[in-house]
Amino acid sequence: MEEKRGSGQVGSFEQVVLPHLDAAYNLARWLVRNPHDAEDIVQEAYLRAFKFFGGYQGGDARAWVLKIVRNTSYSFFEKNRPAELAEEFDEKVHTASTTEEPGAEATLLKSADSRMLREALDELPVNFREVLVLRELEGMSYKEIAEVTSVPIGTVMSGLARARTQLRERLLRTRAKEEQRGLRK
Amino acid sequence: MACENNQLLLDGYFDGELDLVRNLEFEEHVKTCPDCAGELADKKSMRDSLRAANLYERAPEGLRARIRASLPAGARPQPIPMPRRPVLEWLAVAAAILIAVFLGAKVLPNIGGQREDLVAEEIVASHIRSMQPGHLYDVESTDQHTVKPWFDGKLDFAPPVVDLKEQGFPLVGGRLDYVDHRNVAALVYQRRKHFINVFIWPEESKGAKLADVQTIQGYNLVSWSHDGMHFCAASDLNIAEIRQFAGLLEQ
Repeated sequence: MEEKRGSGQVGSFEQVVLPHLDAAYNLARWLVRNPHDAEDIVQEAYLRAFKFFGGYQGGDARAWVLKIVRNTSYSFFEKNRPAELAEEFDEKVHTASTTEEPGAEATLLKSADSRMLREALDELPVNFREVLVLRELEGMSYKEIAEVTSVPIGTVMSGLARARTQLRERLLRTRAKEEQRGLRK
Repeated sequence: MACENNQLLLDGYFDGELDLVRNLEFEEHVKTCPDCAGELADKKSMRDSLRAANLYERAPEGLRARIRASLPAGARPQPIPMPRRPVLEWLAVAAAILIAVFLGAKVLPNIGGQREDLVAEEIVASHIRSMQPGHLYDVESTDQHTVKPWFDGKLDFAPPVVDLKEQGFPLVGGRLDYVDHRNVAALVYQRRKHFINVFIWPEESKGAKLADVQTIQGYNLVSWSHDGMHFCAASDLNIAEIRQFAGLLEQ
């Protein structure tokens, strides 16, 4: 199914847009961080997609759908949670670099479990969350991510670099805290 | 932390998104830079954890049905079929060149075109295009051990890559190309001031069989098969030398 994506073949709404429902839900769920709002957003995005489908000219259908889901999510934020969009993470304060040998963190990061990762990802500002979700969970290329988020490819690359750095810092901090509390060895 | 100069390139490299020349440069750099190597190891660990953590949120049961139900009944607007894939765009360019050839030079006697002719035309168009600045190769290297791994994962076959520098045909690079509806390997060799593009793809029973030798728009094409692969060398070089080159490649 994935190979067919974006092959330039154009079919019905059912054939082109509905197959990307999981991707749509995954993005919405990670952006708004709760299942109920995510369902509402996906439903609204699909109505919008249906309305705009006449203008869809082939190409990457998944990116096309996700762009609509993203825009719908951002409208939702503007209306319901404006503070989240303004959220700016002060990287200078928080990314105090660790002094460990290069690569020494690898073992720590490797053992990060699902709950730690979920929490760390959930805590990231929305713009970092979205590039990580699109790249690591959805497996999109920079070009596809650029299409979904309407930014240049270079911005995708630098955004991902910053997002990964922040995710790592959060994981290492959580890890250190849990070790202090004796939850882990 | 990665070393200063490469902080930005590192993620692009990690994601396989650098252009091929930069990718090779970075690969070399990592071999001698423990900082970048360590950073890459960290990123790899984090990616492995993320993938293993099963974080993908699938749409709940019933959402699909609810969406179907919420769509206006009946109306199923059909989009305008207009493929916008780069490859297809490029094919459109090739088609435009073909039309220009049909209308202008009348090089092809049989309008309506055999598939073989179309493939040959594609190859010539691709060869001409590759001569334009910046198009000749994605991976620039005179080292067959650099060019060959570059194709890994980009093609569904492994093209044979040999350097013929000592025989007077140095390998200068390679790139992906698209011929006869499939991705092919294109290797670029040099002979004095001339370039030779060698297009390589697996033989298929239903694939086009090109004539051994033909001349289109002043370019010479020499085609042959060897070890289950189809080869077509295109160049403005004379046929005798292309044949000599073909002979060397087969060895």
